[in-house]
Amino acid sequence: MSPLLAAEGLTKSFGGIRALDACSFEIAEGSVSALIGPNGSGKTTAFNVITGYQPADAGRLTFRDRAVRRPDPCRLQRLGLARTFQQARVFPGLSVLENVVLGRNQPWHALLRGRVPGTDRRRAEDLLDEFGLAAHAGVPAGRLSYGQRKLLEFASVLMAEPVLVLLDEPTAGINPIMVKTMEDHIRQRHALGITFLIVEHEMKFVMRLCDPVIVLDRGRPIACAAPEEVQNDPRVLDAYLGD
Amino acid sequence: MTRPGARATQPGARATQPGARATRPAGLATRHGSRSRIRPAGALQAAAFVAVLAVLPLILGQHWQVNLLVFTVMYAGLASAWNLLGGYAGYPALGHAAFFGIGAYAMAIGTTHLGVGGGYRPFVLIVPIAVGTAVAVLPLARLLLRTRAAAFAVLTITVLFMVQTLAYNIRGLTGGSSGLLVPIAPFPAATFERPFYYAMAVLLALTLAVCWVVRTSKLGLALNAVRDDEDRARGLGVQTELVKLVAFAVSAGLTAAFGAVWAYYLTFLYPGFAIDPLLALGAILMAFLGGRRTLWGPVVGAALIGPAQQYFAYRFGASHLYLIAYAVLFLLVIYLLPEGIVPSLGRRLGRLRPAAPASGTHDQVATDSLFSAGDLG
Repeated sequence: MSPLLAAEGLTKSFGGIRALDACSFEIAEGSVSALIGPNGSGKTTAFNVITGYQPADAGRLTFRDRAVRRPDPCRLQRLGLARTFQQARVFPGLSVLENVVLGRNQPWHALLRGRVPGTDRRRAEDLLDEFGLAAHAGVPAGRLSYGQRKLLEFASVLMAEPVLVLLDEPTAGINPIMVKTMEDHIRQRHALGITFLIVEHEMKFVMRLCDPVIVLDRGRPIACAAPEEVQNDPRVLDAYLGD
Repeated sequence: MTRPGARATQPGARATQPGARATRPAGLATRHGSRSRIRPAGALQAAAFVAVLAVLPLILGQHWQVNLLVFTVMYAGLASAWNLLGGYAGYPALGHAAFFGIGAYAMAIGTTHLGVGGGYRPFVLIVPIAVGTAVAVLPLARLLLRTRAAAFAVLTITVLFMVQTLAYNIRGLTGGSSGLLVPIAPFPAATFERPFYYAMAVLLALTLAVCWVVRTSKLGLALNAVRDDEDRARGLGVQTELVKLVAFAVSAGLTAAFGAVWAYYLTFLYPGFAIDPLLALGAILMAFLGGRRTLWGPVVGAALIGPAQQYFAYRFGASHLYLIAYAVLFLLVIYLLPEGIVPSLGRRLGRLRPAAPASGTHDQVATDSLFSAGDLG
């Protein structure tokens, strides 16, 4: 079976620094893949290039058997590729409910329909229930705690029923209980058929949840295997602990 | 090697179905239940406002009073039109005087060169002028909207001065610095200002209606998202490019419409007055004072500053000292009421009576803020 997402030779330089250096990897449909690596190994750059937030200098991207020539966040999202950000990004001035409703893809001619029409509202409320945010539906998202914002960002991404979700450090900066909650949500959604690619520093979380684990070092994947194998891979240990 | 993804479905996944509604607190359903776009309170508010607009010149009938009303209503409309782009979408456009001037010159040229005729007929020109400006600015808007924040502000100011320079130099059309005369309207002297007042009032009502439609639609939601975090909005599939263009074009078209009426009222156009940076800044100041991001904020701001501005200009006009009063006012607004009067008032009233049903003007201000949480910022 062809992979859901394939990156081939992605290269991206910032000045003299090669953040991505002919980086190639594949994401199998139905997997929960992890992208790990030491700081500065190019994980977030990989996310930005894949989702079209930064143009790649070179390389090819295939998503759902389609060559993505010039990745654009809006178009990719409409194809089913959604992402979250390292620093939870919500729309602070919009209500929690509106934050989720916004995730629903709209054709241009629906722009003059009601701000939060009934069908969208019901679906958004279901999502908020699922994420334990229903009590805050009418509150501006800016008033949520950081952990709640992470959950809200995740929930809003799900509104469009994506095929592949890229999570950038879903557990960074949130408390251990919230980490467990986040893990549960990922598992539930995975069970419903969503593929995940997760950048994460919290290794226990990765080892529990993800398979395979892709290890990046200096902009290039050095390993892609099951978590146990990766843990004992001398190249990986070298990348993390070596010079 | 284990099958990819096998781990994720390990035991530990909670049994609850996504979307189980059990945890919803009571009362939420009523607050967020299906809600029509037209609230009875809002409809009442609109009707009252239209009634006030209609009778104002009959009550304040002196020439200087109606003249003041013409300008105040015009500023309320300009501030509301600016708010579409500057408030809802958060794009700090500072060059709307350019579109105002384009509307004004289009009216003057239409009446002098094209021979539309006198009397009420020039008012018909407003429609093609507004639509034409909205369409014509699209390529420019596309270019400008590639920038954001300070860069966008600077570029829009540049556009303003470019248009002004063009007005000075395309003498064949604009008369350059010798100005352009528009035929004086043959209205009876006793009520000369009234047709212009009503033209402005109709345009203001139309502008507010447009603002209301935008605010209560997906378009408004998308614009608010652009204001809060444009990049994330793109990643959520919001057509940021399209909604920004629509907001820009509509805002510019409405601004041009007011310029057209203004030109017919003043009957003399000079580039420095028709394309006046202070006009744009005045409108923006009003939107800030009343509360940009709100529907009524720009109107409230104009009602307060419009007459005050005329007074300042009258008292200190010759020396342009009134501009300092303007600047002081702007600083005070930014410092004391960063969100503007309407949101602040709404919040205060909301705190006093959190559960009170909407009735009366002030409560409507509060619910208007509630309607879009964006107003609470």
